[in-house]
Amino acid sequence: MDDLYRDFILEHYKRPRNFGELDPHDLDAHEYNPLCGDELGVQLRVSDGRIEDLRFNGHGCAISLAAASIASEELIGMDVEEAAALDADWMLELLGIDISATRRKCALLSLKVLRHAITGEGSWPVGEQVDPDR
Amino acid sequence: MASPARAATAVPTELDVRADFPILAREINGRRLVYLDSSSTSQKPEQVLAALDDYYRNHNANIHRGVYPLAQEADALFEGARQRIAAFTGAPARTTIFTRNVTDAINLVAYSWARTNLGPSDAVLVTEMEHHSNIVPWQLATQATGAALRWLDVDDGGALSLDQLDSELARGDIRLVAVTHVSNVLGTINPVGEIVRRAHAAGALVLIDGAQAVPQLPVDVAEIGADFYAWTGHKALGPTGVGVLHGDAALLEQMPPFLSGGDMIASVTREHTTWNELPWKFEAGTSMIAQAVGLGAAIDYLGALGMERVRAHERELTGYALERLAELPGVRIFGPPSADDRGGVVAFAVEGIHPHDIAELLGRENVCVRASHHCAQPLMAKLGVAATARASFGPYNMPDDVDALVEAVRGAQKIFA
Repeated sequence: MDDLYRDFILEHYKRPRNFGELDPHDLDAHEYNPLCGDELGVQLRVSDGRIEDLRFNGHGCAISLAAASIASEELIGMDVEEAAALDADWMLELLGIDISATRRKCALLSLKVLRHAITGEGSWPVGEQVDPDR
Repeated sequence: MASPARAATAVPTELDVRADFPILAREINGRRLVYLDSSSTSQKPEQVLAALDDYYRNHNANIHRGVYPLAQEADALFEGARQRIAAFTGAPARTTIFTRNVTDAINLVAYSWARTNLGPSDAVLVTEMEHHSNIVPWQLATQATGAALRWLDVDDGGALSLDQLDSELARGDIRLVAVTHVSNVLGTINPVGEIVRRAHAAGALVLIDGAQAVPQLPVDVAEIGADFYAWTGHKALGPTGVGVLHGDAALLEQMPPFLSGGDMIASVTREHTTWNELPWKFEAGTSMIAQAVGLGAAIDYLGALGMERVRAHERELTGYALERLAELPGVRIFGPPSADDRGGVVAFAVEGIHPHDIAELLGRENVCVRASHHCAQPLMAKLGVAATARASFGPYNMPDDVDALVEAVRGAQKIFA
């Protein structure tokens, strides 16, 4: 069994959950992965401070799409402020696989775009701001 | 002065030079290194490593104003490297400027020439297959001067259209054509001599990005006739940190300096400074001495192999890679269909597997390919992809490297099946 490309990762990659367009929506954002030009968008519907529904869209590698898919299942129903404060560890624990330094950006792209949609700032989660590729 | 840089390697009858590259003896996780990323940077032969070591161990001193013997040795090594590098590419040493890399070389032209020569009624013509380093400096220079930036298309066969070039030139406002000699993604070898001839006939200058060409093709800068020809050392078996700009003497004389400070001056008073003569006018500050010496050793090595042989070897490998990759279902190859029309680079996509995942899985087999937009996002947009996987060759690659690539792609397809 491959450490990274586990069955559940490939399964989420091939059939991502909560993927597509959400119409109408209250918040949205788009982000790029500077490493490869991958693109991920998110649209959220918010009600009473909670994420009522959410869709990711775009294209990316198995890691970034699986991460978005897996995260989406946790995010629906979550308090918006709580979602904006999620950090890299949350995402990496949720994935439960070993991610190399160069692939962290892939794993965290969905969190970056989510944060962008909620706060208006397209910044990486805390601790990830320094881009090792630059 | 005994320098290993000057010691010619024994020329093998068949091009099988793997043994000259110490890093290729490395194993990672028990697997040999299958290095297929030479378009990004090449590996270095023992001769280059020895030249760098010898320079620092035996000849290190600052150049240009040293009177003592050691400084004269350093000076002779640095300027000697320039002479041999210029001869290797068929250019005069006086107009062969050391830069940090191609980006630096192109920026030199974009600042010193473009910003002092372009105006709102002028245009710069670039192509869809350019690396960002031959796009972004022109975006900034045209924005700064009010000039227009126009584009030549890449056709379905990965080629530029000379007819479109003619119609752009016929508009009469093109002052500069900036074009790559060999595409770092498609591998396309552009007819640069013909492009220069047509541009010159229309009164336009030409800058050629030779980053991918000099390492793998015989290049004669004088014969091509471009006004500026830029390339970099680290892709041509040399060290990082040294690039080359060949320029037209009259233009370089007219252009103001790019960076200023030490070494590029003739005299400095409180009121006035005059510029050093070519090429030093464009080499401000202490130069990349060791790197230039290392690059001298690299072109000695390539010269001893013979660029015709290097080209023939890489064409053969490329043809073999095109043939073997075509055996795999769901693999799309970008660029010209024939190895005769392309350099040693094969960008490809595998259906259902993102290029990042391809590169990750190949990396586990110690097969080193790049997965990226390859700093050519306008080209990616044209191809309708965000990124591709890319295998690229150096003189040290052999057919078994291609076999390892194909097997590793097959393995990745099994995981994603």
